Amino acid sequence: MRSGMANFSKSNVPQFAVDVYQNEYLPEGGREVNAIVTVTATGGGTVGSAVAAPHLYSPGQGPSAAVALLVDCSGSMDYPPTKMRNARDATAAAIDTLRDGVHFTVVAGTHVAKEVYPGDGQLAVADQTTRERAKQALRRLSAGGGTAIGTWLRLADRLLSTADVAIRHAILLTDGRNEHESPEGLGAALDSCAGRFTCDARGVGTDWEVKEVTGIASALLGTADIVADPAGLAGDFTRMMETAMGKEVADVALRLWTPVGTTVRFVKQVAPTVEELTGRRTEAGPRAGDYPLGSWGDESRDYHVCVEVPAAGLGQEMLAARASLVIPEPDGSVQNLGAQGLVRAVWTDDMAASTSIDPQVAHYTGQAELAQAIQQGLDLRKAGDIDGATAKLGRAVQLAGSSGNADTAKLLSKVVDVVDAAAGTVRLKAKVEEADEMTLETRSTKTVRVKK
Amino acid sequence: MSQMPQQAPVSKCPSCEEPLEPGDRFCGACGYDLSVVPAPPEDSPTVVMNGAAPGPGPARDEVDWPTARDSDGQGRPAPVHAAAELPGTDSGGSPLPSQEPSAPEEPAREPGRESAQEHSSGVRLDRPAEPDEYPLQAPAPRSSPEPAAAAPAAGAGGKVCVACRAGRVDRDGYCENCGHAQPRERDHMEQESGPVAAVSDRGLRHHRNEDAFSVGCTALPDGAPATVAIVCDGVSSATRPDDASLAASRAAGESLLGALPRGTHPQQAMHDAILAASHAVNALAAEPATAREQAPHQNAPACTLVGAVVTAGLLVVGWVGDSRVYWVPADRATPPARLTEDDSWAAQMVAAGLMSEAEAYADERAHAITGWLGADAYELEPHTASFKPDRPGVVVVCTDGLWNYAESAQEMAEATPLDAAVRPLHSARVLVGHALDGGGHDNVTVALLPFPAPPQGAGSA
Repeated sequence: MRSGMANFSKSNVPQFAVDVYQNEYLPEGGREVNAIVTVTATGGGTVGSAVAAPHLYSPGQGPSAAVALLVDCSGSMDYPPTKMRNARDATAAAIDTLRDGVHFTVVAGTHVAKEVYPGDGQLAVADQTTRERAKQALRRLSAGGGTAIGTWLRLADRLLSTADVAIRHAILLTDGRNEHESPEGLGAALDSCAGRFTCDARGVGTDWEVKEVTGIASALLGTADIVADPAGLAGDFTRMMETAMGKEVADVALRLWTPVGTTVRFVKQVAPTVEELTGRRTEAGPRAGDYPLGSWGDESRDYHVCVEVPAAGLGQEMLAARASLVIPEPDGSVQNLGAQGLVRAVWTDDMAASTSIDPQVAHYTGQAELAQAIQQGLDLRKAGDIDGATAKLGRAVQLAGSSGNADTAKLLSKVVDVVDAAAGTVRLKAKVEEADEMTLETRSTKTVRVKK
Repeated sequence: MSQMPQQAPVSKCPSCEEPLEPGDRFCGACGYDLSVVPAPPEDSPTVVMNGAAPGPGPARDEVDWPTARDSDGQGRPAPVHAAAELPGTDSGGSPLPSQEPSAPEEPAREPGRESAQEHSSGVRLDRPAEPDEYPLQAPAPRSSPEPAAAAPAAGAGGKVCVACRAGRVDRDGYCENCGHAQPRERDHMEQESGPVAAVSDRGLRHHRNEDAFSVGCTALPDGAPATVAIVCDGVSSATRPDDASLAASRAAGESLLGALPRGTHPQQAMHDAILAASHAVNALAAEPATAREQAPHQNAPACTLVGAVVTAGLLVVGWVGDSRVYWVPADRATPPARLTEDDSWAAQMVAAGLMSEAEAYADERAHAITGWLGADAYELEPHTASFKPDRPGVVVVCTDGLWNYAESAQEMAEATPLDAAVRPLHSARVLVGHALDGGGHDNVTVALLPFPAPPQGAGSA
């Protein structure tokens, strides 16, 4: 169905680089190796990429893409009525951001999914006429019915797969809980869609479930956020569509080779957000596995790789992991993106060398703990464990402050009163706006990068 | 000012050997800055080792040395010394550490008494038998084959891994099965050149060998043999120490092997060789760091250097840093000697009279080196000295990876095989083995030069 090589000929593929930050020195008997792998894509759509990767590039053609806009039209969208109106305006703004030639569709989601434009199981190709017709069709959007997000995603998958394109993406808006479908039903839909298209998910208002929306974005390698005020939807939709239009290559995977006897403890994205990838490994030949990284434009992301190697004698050196970037093809072959990084282990009796922690590893270990402390703190708070919640959110305040994560610190300060940020001493606020708590939970995984 | 070329006429470019015109400030062929060519150093008087004071003329006269200067370059007569009152100075004019070379011949001393005397005088680097800066237990045996048994592994693609013997080696030099780094060419190096041999080993605790050496033999203008050895130890706290030691040892070796056949006095040649090595290391600082090097080192590449030139009647040593030369006579009844003085913090403190030996060596800065080759060096002070041993023996040129395990001259002599002069390669392996048996905490490099230099072609196989 998909032909990767053919797609490449139509797309501007950026040049990828892999950088490894680690302290490779281990003490005698040491086994755990930590590294931050920074993946950077540059030069997509520019003359530079034509020079760097001429075999992947045909001048004069942007990356081919197909986008599905999935708009919640459940009955609750009419309460207040501004919600439906703002959703319509936001979808129109997203349509205006579509580049000419991009395939697109608009789907109305309730307990079932309905094609709003163009219909008949087709995708429209964006131009002035189709954009105008799509916006006209939005007038027919009306609220009524339940919520079964899995059905929306399955329809999006069917429609997006009708086009032979490089990038497949969906933008999903919901205002309520997924009440007309079992969690298993949604899970099955996510499983069947994972790797077939990427999806940004947005919750509007405060009646939706944070873990449902973040779960959709995680599974489909997109972003999640809250739009507490429906008036902010249009701006957010425009930004999301701009980002989607900037994607140049899809289905990139981090291929991790490890030597015999080595265990991969975890692989997680740590910037721009914390995203666990450990369980999403696909075996790729002897001692190698692929971790999905989704679609890429010109951007940079950081990954924390932790492996456990067999101990070796002092003075020994080994390759603990080799990180490379590939695009797996359906026929089992891969497109190698040509960048790799080496994670090494060197055993030394120099205590100063083996006990120091790489600044990048230390920073992102703290950022991951920050995200976890917020989630646990908010869960404990909901469960009524005030002491536990206070301790966890206090730790979060401490970590956010010391790592310079100002955005998260600001969100935390709306949920707790900070007595001593450095010591992590906080009091839970007696009254917390629901939107503030949901914003903190949704954005808890956002990280800041360490200054290099 | 005293180093301007018009004061120190040079007939050939020290870099490319292009003939020069008087007054040239730069070489017309290679652009070498001739202003850095130093005036000939104030040669230290030649000292007779372990024997009677020399007569007015050289004891052996096979070599037609260039005529000695009769003035010090500033119009004053060159100073005259009796060998007995001047045991030897380096090219910076500093006294040499060891009094043994000039000691009048005397009956062999009892070992115990001799040891006590050694402890009572001069600068020494006494260390506890178990150095306290290495708190870890002895290492596990290395998984790579024993150096003496193995030819250096090429580490190229397609080779079978030496660690697991199951995987093949990838192009980054790691096993595709077990991930282990393969022995690199420099992990263990051996070379024999005529009667001279050197062995260098990574040791048991360091992941790479930052030592390097060069050895060679040549002939003086009259056809008499001369042998050369240079040993360098990369400074680990600087970037690319392995590149520094390799560049320095090569440059110094090439400089000596070029200068000696042209009739340059060996001590002058050694001085020039150290400067050539210094230029080579300084040049590295301008190069971009290799991609492999991700450590946050900021210092320019640096290394120590020690070298020796042996002819039929003369032994010249030169050094910067804390690598050393020892003299081990074939007749072990006569005392051995250390011929170099470390450029180390402790040695300087003692020499300046600021601390007692005990105080200086108890300080944690004791072994910090105060002289090295590299762009970060404050002021290069090449030390050279020449000796005229009156009996056969072997010259041991080594890094601290060896002398840490045989610090005193007596200990070094005991570790050196009796037949070292005739089996230098075997004996160098034995000395490296001595260091590895002691713990191999550092890279180990040793070169052995028999004295006197045997006639060409007479070297052992």
